[in-house]
Amino acid sequence: MSDTVSIAVRPAGPGRSWRSRLRALYLRSEALRGYTLLSPTLVVMAFAMVAPFTILVAMSFWTQTGFDIDTTLTLRNYQEAADAPVYRALLIRSLWISGTCAVLTVLFSYPMAYYVAFHVHRRKLVWIILMTLPFWTSYLLRVFSWKVILGYNGAINSGLKSLGLIEQPLEFLLYSPTAIVITLAHAWAAFAILPIYVSLEKIDRSLLEAAADLGDGPVARFLRVTLPLSLPGVIAASLLIFIPTVGDYITPTLVGGPDGIMIANLIQVQFGRVNDWPMGATLAILMMIVVGLISVTYIWLSRKAIERIA
Amino acid sequence: MKSATYIERLNRPLRTYAFLFLAFLYVPVLFLPLFSFNDSLYISFPLKAFTTKWYAQMFADQPMHAALMNSLKVGVATAVFATILGVFGAKAVTRYRIPGRKPVVFTIMLPLVIPGIIMGVALLMLVSRLGIPLSLYTVTLGHVLISVPFAMAILIARFEGFDKSMEEAAADLGDNAWWTFWRVTFPIVFPGILASLLLTFTISFDEFIMAFFLSGTDPTLPIYIWSQLRFPKKLPGVLALGSVILVVSFVVVFASQWLRGRGAARISDESSEP
Repeated sequence: MSDTVSIAVRPAGPGRSWRSRLRALYLRSEALRGYTLLSPTLVVMAFAMVAPFTILVAMSFWTQTGFDIDTTLTLRNYQEAADAPVYRALLIRSLWISGTCAVLTVLFSYPMAYYVAFHVHRRKLVWIILMTLPFWTSYLLRVFSWKVILGYNGAINSGLKSLGLIEQPLEFLLYSPTAIVITLAHAWAAFAILPIYVSLEKIDRSLLEAAADLGDGPVARFLRVTLPLSLPGVIAASLLIFIPTVGDYITPTLVGGPDGIMIANLIQVQFGRVNDWPMGATLAILMMIVVGLISVTYIWLSRKAIERIA
Repeated sequence: MKSATYIERLNRPLRTYAFLFLAFLYVPVLFLPLFSFNDSLYISFPLKAFTTKWYAQMFADQPMHAALMNSLKVGVATAVFATILGVFGAKAVTRYRIPGRKPVVFTIMLPLVIPGIIMGVALLMLVSRLGIPLSLYTVTLGHVLISVPFAMAILIARFEGFDKSMEEAAADLGDNAWWTFWRVTFPIVFPGILASLLLTFTISFDEFIMAFFLSGTDPTLPIYIWSQLRFPKKLPGVLALGSVILVVSFVVVFASQWLRGRGAARISDESSEP
């Protein structure tokens, strides 16, 4: 907010000190003033990101010896992570679950976003708020409510039983990767709807009219105009779901069961029961690298695909 | 509207789908309040008698009160710090042509896409290497970090929405920087600030993963709930508590989103007037 103090600048004179010169330079440079204003936010955020990640990387090259941490640099954790098949298996399962979840959530959210973008004319704001509202409420409680629904004696099983439709509880409902996918899709729907909605809303309606005037029917119009133009939103939505869900450990713990343990559960126990922080750091970094590589490849491939369509 | 006749005409199947989708979003959550009034230790159909005893039990629960106070403290502190940082950042990137604007905004928004567990364990390692004991302060640090992107996003939209010349006019008429901010900028961005305060408070209040790694002996409310989930006898009390939290969160978030949306609508109305 120091941008309008310029009124107080003294007239230039030969005896001007270096301080007022600096000050004049500062006031003339928009970039400098902008960065001054930005600095508290940037410094806090940069510190709160760079410092922890530096420690994270350093820690992954250290080793746990009893209750102490040996700070000699070694690749032992990475060696161990590469050798033990359980880490790879859990990572692949996590990627598989999150990938399925991202695809399904985007598929189911697209028509919803499309409806609000094209067919809601009044009270659009209310619709947008309604679609995103659950997302802001407690993640833990939303996952927990699925445990209440899918449980062995949960709402679905006990409801069907009291209606006389089933004799024994359906076991596939809870404690399976399917339960994780359903729960995650519910929890992250807002992250899919919003980017898709924004990209649909941005489409110039006259392009659709032009397509219609040139003889395209509704399906051709959708496939040739709407869908290609909304792809950036679809890509953003799938990544916004895929990346954070790979690292989820609450959902697998509450509804996943033994077949639903994910890589993040393994990371979490390194900081709890197992108490091997360096191994936890190594696994966290490996997970980030794999997720990062997949995301970059995905973006690159979809850019190519969009270019080909265009 | 010509387009409404053949492109944007009512599509019944799509509308049905939209309502089903909303049901999918809301119905699961409604099971918590439903079973919280059920007079049974077990969460299952058929429902037994109506009762409010789980709510009475919850209100009498002293550790819950302590956890609630902890969450309120952390939430208020997070909301204030994140919003202040958001105001600085949003004003800087919208009011000044600064080189490297894109990477800067990207850096600040990064916590949005990093899995929570990674941020959590990385911060845990940092504070433990620095010898800082885990406390509500470390939880607040984590919460500010994940809340700033949301505060920035709300406030950038708000700052972009209004005319820079109003600030310039105030400065030309002799207001200094602080007066310009208080008399011109602040009233205009106020709905955005309020929305940001409410939303970042809710994020912190409901946040679990950062608090899981960064809290010491004082639990926040979600951590307290997590610790209760292990005891089947405590489940109905958790349902009651969860229902209260859900209702309060819904009201606060609806208020914040409504303020934000209405504020944006009013700005565009004003600017479109001749």
